[in-house]
Amino acid sequence: MTVESLTFYVLATVAVVSALLVVTRRNPVMSALYLILNFFCLAGLYLTLQAQFIAVIQILVYAGAIMVLFVFVIMLLNLGDERRLSEGISWKKVVAAGLCFALLMELVYVLGFSGASYAPVNTSRAMEIGTVEYIGGELFTKFLFPFEVTSLILTAAIVGAIVLAKRKLD
Amino acid sequence: MVEIQPYLILSATLFMIGAVGVLARRNAIIVFMSIELMLNSVNLSLVAFSAQLGDVTGQILVFFVMTVAAAEAAIGLAIIIALFRRKQTLNLDEINILKW
Repeated sequence: MTVESLTFYVLATVAVVSALLVVTRRNPVMSALYLILNFFCLAGLYLTLQAQFIAVIQILVYAGAIMVLFVFVIMLLNLGDERRLSEGISWKKVVAAGLCFALLMELVYVLGFSGASYAPVNTSRAMEIGTVEYIGGELFTKFLFPFEVTSLILTAAIVGAIVLAKRKLD
Repeated sequence: MVEIQPYLILSATLFMIGAVGVLARRNAIIVFMSIELMLNSVNLSLVAFSAQLGDVTGQILVFFVMTVAAAEAAIGLAIIIALFRRKQTLNLDEINILKW
């Protein structure tokens, strides 16, 4: 078992366990914390694929901005213990879990056991394309138009969030 | 020598766990977090293929997916706040005004 394989299996196990804990906790704050752990594991997995820029952006944007926003909203709405919804195990949830498990088995079969063979990662090429300089070069030349459009998306999101969350003073 | 099949299987697993969260939970914020989990699993798949094919387009797409996910999280949480102010509940079973 090489160091790379061991790193992958440790990070993957922690990611799957924390994802399961996210969807099963009653307290939303605990779900948010486990989701942050999941994002850190994913950042580690991106680093094993030599995607340095995406790994850092994952921590900065997802764990550092989006999850902080989630925790702010949870605390703003004061969803403490007194607001815990009593969710039992209904048959609907069992059917949903069963269907998702069936789809997962199909996906695992197609990806792992159906004879599809993928070439291994060319590490030197992956190291070349994962750097900030290379992604910046592509982002500002070949993908300039989508990049400018994302600035419009973010402006629309800011305006929308302010308008929706504003208290209407009637 | 990094093979990407374990990464793809991990991506499928995280996606399905997120799907179970969306379908089976009644708390709106947990549903939101499950949607973010699904988006992240797709990001992992994109980065794995980008590394394997030597094409940076996958990582550029991950950049845009993260941007759109951030915008969506902001607006979604604003909607949840507005909904909570109105109905004082986050249980999705009780948000049924559109039902006939």
